[in-house]
Amino acid sequence: MSAKNKLLDVQHVTVEFHVGGLLGGTRLVAVNDVSFSIDSDRPEIYTLAGESGSGKTTLARMMLHDLDPTRGKVLFEGRDLTTVKKRGEVMDFMKKVQPVFQNPFETFSPLRRVEEYLYDTARSFIGARNRREAAPIVENALNQVGLSLDEVSRRYPHELSGGQIQRVAVARALIPQPRLILADEPVSMVDASLRMAIVNLFRKLRDEQQVSVLYITHDLATAYYISDRIAIMLRGYVVESGPVEAVLDRPLHPYTQLLKESVPQPRPTDRNAWAQHIDLGTLEIKEFGRIGCKFAGRCPHVMDICRQADPPDVEVDGRTVKCYLYLEDAKPVA
Amino acid sequence: MALLEVQDLRAYYRTEIYGISRTVRAVDGISFELQKNEIYGIAGESSCGKTTLIKVVSGTIKRPLRVETGQVRYQFGDYAVDMQRINPDELRANVRWKEISYVMQGSMSVLNPVRRIIRTFEDIVGTHQGIPDRKSFLDETRAHVRILGLPTEVLDLYPHQLSGGMRQRVAIALATVFHPSLIIADEPTTALDVVVQRGVLQMLKEIQAESGNTVLLVTHDLAVHANVADRVGIMYAGRLAEEAPTEIIFNAPRHPYTQHLIGSLPMIGDRSSRASLSGTPPNLANPPSGCRFHPRCPYAVERCQREVPEMIILADRHRVACHLVEEGIL
Repeated sequence: MSAKNKLLDVQHVTVEFHVGGLLGGTRLVAVNDVSFSIDSDRPEIYTLAGESGSGKTTLARMMLHDLDPTRGKVLFEGRDLTTVKKRGEVMDFMKKVQPVFQNPFETFSPLRRVEEYLYDTARSFIGARNRREAAPIVENALNQVGLSLDEVSRRYPHELSGGQIQRVAVARALIPQPRLILADEPVSMVDASLRMAIVNLFRKLRDEQQVSVLYITHDLATAYYISDRIAIMLRGYVVESGPVEAVLDRPLHPYTQLLKESVPQPRPTDRNAWAQHIDLGTLEIKEFGRIGCKFAGRCPHVMDICRQADPPDVEVDGRTVKCYLYLEDAKPVA
Repeated sequence: MALLEVQDLRAYYRTEIYGISRTVRAVDGISFELQKNEIYGIAGESSCGKTTLIKVVSGTIKRPLRVETGQVRYQFGDYAVDMQRINPDELRANVRWKEISYVMQGSMSVLNPVRRIIRTFEDIVGTHQGIPDRKSFLDETRAHVRILGLPTEVLDLYPHQLSGGMRQRVAIALATVFHPSLIIADEPTTALDVVVQRGVLQMLKEIQAESGNTVLLVTHDLAVHANVADRVGIMYAGRLAEEAPTEIIFNAPRHPYTQHLIGSLPMIGDRSSRASLSGTPPNLANPPSGCRFHPRCPYAVERCQREVPEMIILADRHRVACHLVEEGIL
């Protein structure tokens, strides 16, 4: 498939940060040789899942054109993002890729009415000249998230509930009619009874508006519920990726297995498996600096080779897994 | 005999600014008991009164919070404490840390950032018990930390040198230094990664199983309750909606709110569509009349708008506050 057919194409991206003093300090590889893509003609929900420090948000910043990769490329509609520099081009890119962030109360200024953000977005991206022109666009976007202009007009952020204001954030993102919504932990601040409203909204956008969603989360349960494909990240690497059912129903990478087993399931009958003792003592070591597989220090199947070189990506059972254990079963991905 | 008895507790925040008075009824008529040797989970959404309930139960009431009515009584062995009557000096000397200790969400606020961990232990043990012999204090503290499975080296480190999970485990070690009868844990793992969360909760459970004390675990995360708690109380808008042993709450909930909460939980292995409740949690400064859940309840009838439902006992240890369940409709 040519690059033209891809909406988003992340090719072997690496990001390094310099940590520490002006002269000394060390390099920290926050994202390490990550590749994935989202098709242009088939909208989907793609999840990047991982714990804190896995590089999810660094990847998100690159895809929002907020950070350039140290190595590798991010292509959007076939175009390398580092070449998007002119104001008009940047605006055009921003129109097509819209973010929704974790904490809606930080997204919106407490001193400004939330509707102002919606009108601003309509003015900047759709070219509405005044409020009268913008109003139907804003109303339409709010209707898509199950709200109306009457409910939010003249309201300040603190006058809305967490679930409502997060839906306003999604409505704002919908105004430019984006092709991709990048949602970074959009439901972790939202109450349980309202969480599913947001999550279901992403499903609806995919099915009815043909909008793709890049869903960044640490919550495997909602990821399983909405996504088509998932990539599990650990310390900057994608350790396992593929269709969400394959990866989470039958995880192959020992890290994915540990992660899945550690997610508490809302079934008291299964509590014995979760209660199986895990040793946290070894967790505290710095895994970023480790040579070879970052999981080697806590992997129950660790071999000598795991500590010597990065494991290859191998294609097994419908997904890609970065692990030496499966090298014999399949050919490494070129 | 119960360790803690809470009876018809009402605690309101009363503020008056520029002559406009406002009353937030954060805890509005809650009764429950904690038994010895159990983990009791309290679940509820934000601003349902969970934290206010803990404040009252642990005796940390500060204005504008006031207890309007009700009783909070403890029975620590032979030592009985009425939280409404006890004077602050006795509370500090005999109850806090020794009988009731508290693990918070952000343990950074418990640990002094400019002192090594051992000094925080020293502060607490020194204040509540006194340290006549420094060497035996150090030995005892090291032994305590080792028994809990933490490396003793953490005692010589500063809080910022520890990871979030390690800090939370240090906070649990601090909370258990006097082997209290009750450990109150308020969202102890909310900011942690799942693997670390599992380790921290396992530690809390192991301590409880070992020493037979009581844990009051407050978290909005129902999946955590499913795996940790013995009994669960579901709070909605300042009141208890339902209370039952964990298995019953998850397998046979009766209150429409509980049913919705349990039914909407996503889980790995099940992609079937899940509905979301309409409406939003009520504002406690102006809660709905009657049953506070009625504006969002799909089954609400006229009586629900009028009358506040009382807790009824359905079966052994299973209580629910719903008119429809009482009338046998649900």
